[in-house]
Amino acid sequence: MPETPNRARPLSPHIGIWRWGPAMTVSIVHRATGTALTVGMVLLCWWLSALAGGPADYAGFVDLFTYQSGKLNIVGWIVGVGLTLTLFQHMASGVRHLFMDAGDNFELKSNTLTAWATFAFSILATIAFWAAILLENSHV
Amino acid sequence: MFKALSIDASPEATEHWWHQRLTAGANLFLLLWFIVSLTLLATQAGPLDWATFTSWLKQPLAVILMLLLIGSTAYHFRLGLQVFTEDYVKGAGRAAVLVALNFFTVAIVVWAAFSILKVAFAVAA
Repeated sequence: MPETPNRARPLSPHIGIWRWGPAMTVSIVHRATGTALTVGMVLLCWWLSALAGGPADYAGFVDLFTYQSGKLNIVGWIVGVGLTLTLFQHMASGVRHLFMDAGDNFELKSNTLTAWATFAFSILATIAFWAAILLENSHV
Repeated sequence: MFKALSIDASPEATEHWWHQRLTAGANLFLLLWFIVSLTLLATQAGPLDWATFTSWLKQPLAVILMLLLIGSTAYHFRLGLQVFTEDYVKGAGRAAVLVALNFFTVAIVVWAAFSILKVAFAVAA
């Protein structure tokens, strides 16, 4: 039997000393968005099968996300913007991840900067995507 | 003297890791194509309705890339959700979740592929 450790002795401090940072945020967000995108996968398949089902099936699918007028309802806004934001975020943090897998981008400054950049990219890309859709389709 | 044994914790682990990255690259390309296509349809092809989408999805290139997109993203989420399950689901339930994940992945792929091909090969109304 090993001796009972002396609890009074100091432990190596590296485990207990840390501060939450953008790199950790982007890491857990990458995992959360990846998991959430399973919902997007199901919706993509649902959309494809509604297209395959014909105009009546497709109208039923679209009706879940729009008003009679064709404008997006609250579900359409939450699901539409939520999923595009989630996708762009996972895409950006995934690309950052690939650079780190190759051994790049471990310098503190660039690592932190690119962590923030993934959030900036996902928000801007989401705005750009919906602007393109909405500006050209005024009925939406 | 005994021969040195492989010290790999699991020989599949490297393949899992590498395939996650391979499909990530494929997903990046295929999803950017899909997003750009949707944007072009919205800005150039008129109303985003059933007729617009189905005539787009009848083009051979769109059919092929859409099938590849489904395959690559399904493989990628299958690997990713496996890691998620292994990290957060403890005990006997883990195996059940992993088996369910395999069934779910196959179901998604077959569902999507059937739908894409049905649109692709449908006789014009």
